[in-house]
Formats: sequence, structure tokens, C-alpha cells
Amino acid sequence: MGASSLIVLMIAAVAFSGIAILVSKLIVKATKNKHKGQPYECGVPTKGPNWVQFNVGYYLFALIFLIFDVELVFLYPWAVVVKKVGWLALVEIVIFFFILFMGFLYAHKKGALKWV
Amino acid sequence: MNITHVLFWFLSVLALFSALMVITSRNPVHSVLWLIVTFFAISGHYILLNAQFLAIVNIIVYAGAIMVLFLFVIMLMNLNKSTEPKKNRWLQWAGAIAGLCLLLVLVAALKDTEIKGQAAQVNEGEIGLIKNLGKELFSTYVVPFEISSILFLSAMVGAVVIGKASPNPSEGRA
Amino acid sequence: MLLTIFWLVIEKLLLIGLIVSLSMVVAMYATYAERKVAAFLQDRIGPNRAGIFGLLQPLADGGKLFFKEEIIPLASSKFLFILGPCLAMITALLTSAVIPWSTPLHLFGQDVPLQVADINIGILFIFGVVSLGVYGIMIGGWASNNKFSLLAAVRGASQMVSYELPMGLALLGLLLLVGDLRMSVIVQNQIEHGWHIIYQPLGFIVFFICALAECNRTPFDLAEAENELNFGYHQEYSSMKLGFYLFAEYINMFISGVVMSCLFFGGYDIPFVNEASWGISQNALAIIGFLVMLTKAFFFVFVFMWIRWTIPRFRYDQLMNLGWKKLVPLALFNMIVTAAVILWLKK
Repeated sequence: MGASSLIVLMIAAVAFSGIAILVSKLIVKATKNKHKGQPYECGVPTKGPNWVQFNVGYYLFALIFLIFDVELVFLYPWAVVVKKVGWLALVEIVIFFFILFMGFLYAHKKGALKWV
Repeated sequence: MNITHVLFWFLSVLALFSALMVITSRNPVHSVLWLIVTFFAISGHYILLNAQFLAIVNIIVYAGAIMVLFLFVIMLMNLNKSTEPKKNRWLQWAGAIAGLCLLLVLVAALKDTEIKGQAAQVNEGEIGLIKNLGKELFSTYVVPFEISSILFLSAMVGAVVIGKASPNPSEGRA
Repeated sequence: MLLTIFWLVIEKLLLIGLIVSLSMVVAMYATYAERKVAAFLQDRIGPNRAGIFGLLQPLADGGKLFFKEEIIPLASSKFLFILGPCLAMITALLTSAVIPWSTPLHLFGQDVPLQVADINIGILFIFGVVSLGVYGIMIGGWASNNKFSLLAAVRGASQMVSYELPMGLALLGLLLLVGDLRMSVIVQNQIEHGWHIIYQPLGFIVFFICALAECNRTPFDLAEAENELNFGYHQEYSSMKLGFYLFAEYINMFISGVVMSCLFFGGYDIPFVNEASWGISQNALAIIGFLVMLTKAFFFVFVFMWIRWTIPRFRYDQLMNLGWKKLVPLALFNMIVTAAVILWLKK
């Protein structure tokens, strides 16, 4: 029953957002104008392409996040059964993190976690 | 034809349709969004098999982390309809043939497996539950678990090496 | 048989309708509260024109957003431009699904649990929905085809994924204590053994800071830093779509207040009293529990606003340093110490 109520909630959320956007579109009278559709910066027309290239640093953080996220997922099953698997599993986790800590240290030394 | 069957067919059709849309969409951002829909459909299948933990992990890791990276790459490389490069026709043919070969291998491998003819354990399998998974992972599969940390280490080092290749960090700053 | 299923469906539909409208009303009045709190902290009066004490102000604001002309930038990808705010809204509404709002009601001879879905991965569901919250900002900001929106979107996305990590690690400390992912079990555990804030103060602090960052609130509102980025990722938006982004932020704030009170402050539990021994009816207890829960959540919302009007914004490097070099090690330390203590006490 749990999963099906979730589906209903999902449908409700989608329907709600769709209907609200649609209604506001229907009742509002909009006029088209070439200058209205320009990107807004500060009043002066924008120069150059708008999809500019940004710093690779943002991407790097996301990449390191991904690796840690996968590890995190491994830890959830452990957290639930910690009393059953005992000290041995804790030692395993510490070793696991020690190896990863090396990677973290490497990233830190190389300045990957430093914002330029 | 109970509700599980209806859901199964709905999810299967959704997964296949969205997977097709991933490769046929012109706009790479649309492709990413369709891929997220595919992951949701697959998560739905996991829930049907009573593996809720796998379902949510699929969403957290794939939809929540890897797809964000994909979006980052698309934004970083400024891929959109107008900048799509002309692809070599021969490359397209090669890709199609390689895909067909893979399909052939998969079909040939699955044809003789024991899975064939066995019904999936819908709503009754226990292994996908988080407690069983935890017990298995930290008793039977300890060594693979520890080795996976080395895999992560290499992934992290690789990411740092590639990301920090530029000697001058102030270059390409936005 | 069919009748019970029918009742179950009706019950869940009503509950979902109630929760969605509750989130919307709270979000509307949170905008009013924010302005009143800001005014209070800055020694002003705040909105007082529409209705008594300005209480009708949110309705006026909502109506205005609804009737405003919508402008879609010509060079944007139109579908993604509309999808962005919808995604933000959907992810904001979905989080409320697994929250146990109160003890069950007793209606028409049966117990009605005040929880949409008591799935056995409850807390991970919240984590999953939070991890999807990035898309609203990213897609909306990118589709706007505006340099500032793009930069804000990238900033916001990078920040949100970075703070997801300590958040997940802080949750682990809690799970070690409870040993179950179900939200109802987590609340029940606190009623029996005392609130988790006593056992996990460090975890709570990390979680609270991450909640601020995930909601894009000051001091982590770098995606909306108006004095560097004009307006932020929703710069090109107008009308209802802008309203969606603003509402989603307030809904997120409310829901994170609710989640924090569920995880660390006992949910619908009243401290130091055993309300079951009062001898009042089950329905009255459920309503009292619900009000207690709301009070706790509103307190957190107030703290969020208080912080916003007190603390200046971080710089981006400070933000990343705090996330990666302080919160992640702190949360890890918390997790390992918690596990060691649990194993030691078990012996």
C-alpha cells in the first residue's frame, strides 16, 4: 500500500504544478515583443553567447561527490545491522574509510578541493 | 491480470520508450531527462520485486548524482542543438552494428540460462531488504567490499588528475 | 474487501490533498512571516495594509503572481524553461510523503494513520528526493539562456550536491541508534528512549547546517546572491513560474523543519509527559500531536528566518571549505564514535 500511495502523491504533485501553470497561462493576456524576449542583464543588450563556459571546479566537486555518495550508500545497510555484525564490521568500515581518506588527502594536496 | 501485472507492463513500456527517447532526442538535455525517467521505471521494477533499498539507491546514485554530472558536462561543453557536430556516416553504421552484436550476444546468453521459465519473486523476495543486504555485505562479501574502496580511490585520483590538468588554475575561469 | 480498499483509497486521497494544501498554505504564510520577522529584527513594522495586521498580504501576493504576464525569453528552450519550476515544485511536495504527522486518528470504527506512506526506506526516500532537488534549479537556470542564471544554477547545483554528503553521514549516526529506516519507528524510538538530540547533538548540528544549504537559505544562498548575480537562477522567470520557485523554497523550508523535528526532536511527542495517560480520546490526542509537530516545525522555520536576517552570506570558497573540510570529517567522526559507543554498550 505504501508504494501505491506514493504514486498517487506523485501524480497529485505533477497534476498540481501542471494545472497551476496552465491556468495562469490561460487567464493571462500576454503580448509578444522582440525586446521583451531578450535576456535581462542590466538594461544594456547582452553581448556574446549566453551559454558561457564556466569553471571546471564546479564539475570537479560534483565528481568527488559522486564517489563519496556511492560509499555512503554502502554504509546504510551497515547502519541498520550494526548490532548484529559487531566490531569486525566497524573495523572494516574504518579500513574502508582509511583507504578513501588517502584519496581525500591526495585531492586536498593537489588542491582539487580548493576554490580558485 | 492483477495490479502487479498492470504495473509491470506499464513500467516495462515506460522504460523501453524512455530509453528509446534518450537516443533519439536531438537535445542532449532532453536525453538526460529521458534517462532519468528510465531510471525511475527501473526503480519501479525493483519495488515490484520487493527490493526497496535497491530502488531508492538507484534513484539516489543514478538519478541524483550521475545524471547531475551528465548535466554538468552538457552545460560545460555547451552542447545543444545548434552546436551538434556532424557525425561521420560510417561511425553511425559501426555503432549500429556494434549494438546489434551486443544484442545478439545478450540474447544468445539469456536463451540457455536457468532464469528462463522461472517466475520472478514478486513481492516476496527477501534479499533486497536492507537488513539482509547488510548482513550479506559485511559477512560473506567483506573482501569485495574492501576492494571496492580501492576502486573508489582510483576513481578519485583519476578525477583529480584530469580535473587539475591545467597548470594555471586561473585559466578558464567563469 | 472491495469496500475496505475503496475506503483506503479515499482516506489516502484526502490525506494527500490535506498535506498538499497544508504545505501551500504554510508556504504562503511563511512569506508573510519572513517579512514580519525581517521587520521585527530591523525594527520596522512590516506588511500591515492588506487586512488586519496585513494577514491578507500572502493572498494579494499570490494573486499578483497568478495574474502577471509571463515572459519567456526568445532564445531559451521553452519546454525546459517551463519544466524547471515544475520540477522544483514537485520535488518540494514529494518529501512530505513519509512524514508521520501524528498518532492515528480513529474515524468510522477504524484507525487512520496520519502518514501517506510508511515505506520501509522512509529516511532514504527523503534523501533521494533531496538529491533530485538539484534539477529544478539546474534546468531552470540553464534553460533561461542568461549568463547570470547559468552561473547561479551551476553554483546552486554544486553547493547542493556537496552538502548532501554530510547530510547523509549525519543521518547515519541516527540510523545506528535506531536500526530502522522507517520514519514511524524513528519517532516511536524517541518516545520510548528520549529525543535523539540528546544522543546526537553533533549529528543534529551538521544536519541543520546542511538543511540550510539544501534549502538555499542565507548564509548559503549563493544561487540567489542578488548583488553579484542580479537575481539568481530564476532571473528570467515571471508570473506563476517564478511563484513556483519561491513557493518551493518555502515548502522546502517547512518540510525540513518537520523532518528535523521528526528525526531529532521527537516528532509529535510532548516532552516529559505521558499524554496517553490523560484519558482523552484518541482523536484529541492525534490533533494535539499534530499541533505539537507543527509548533516544532514553525520554530525551525523561525530559526531559519532569524539566521537569514542576522548572518551575512558566505563566499563560495568558504562555503566549499565548510562543506568538505569541516562538515564531512565531523559527520564521519560522529558516525564512527556513535558506532563504537553502541557496540561497547552492547557488551
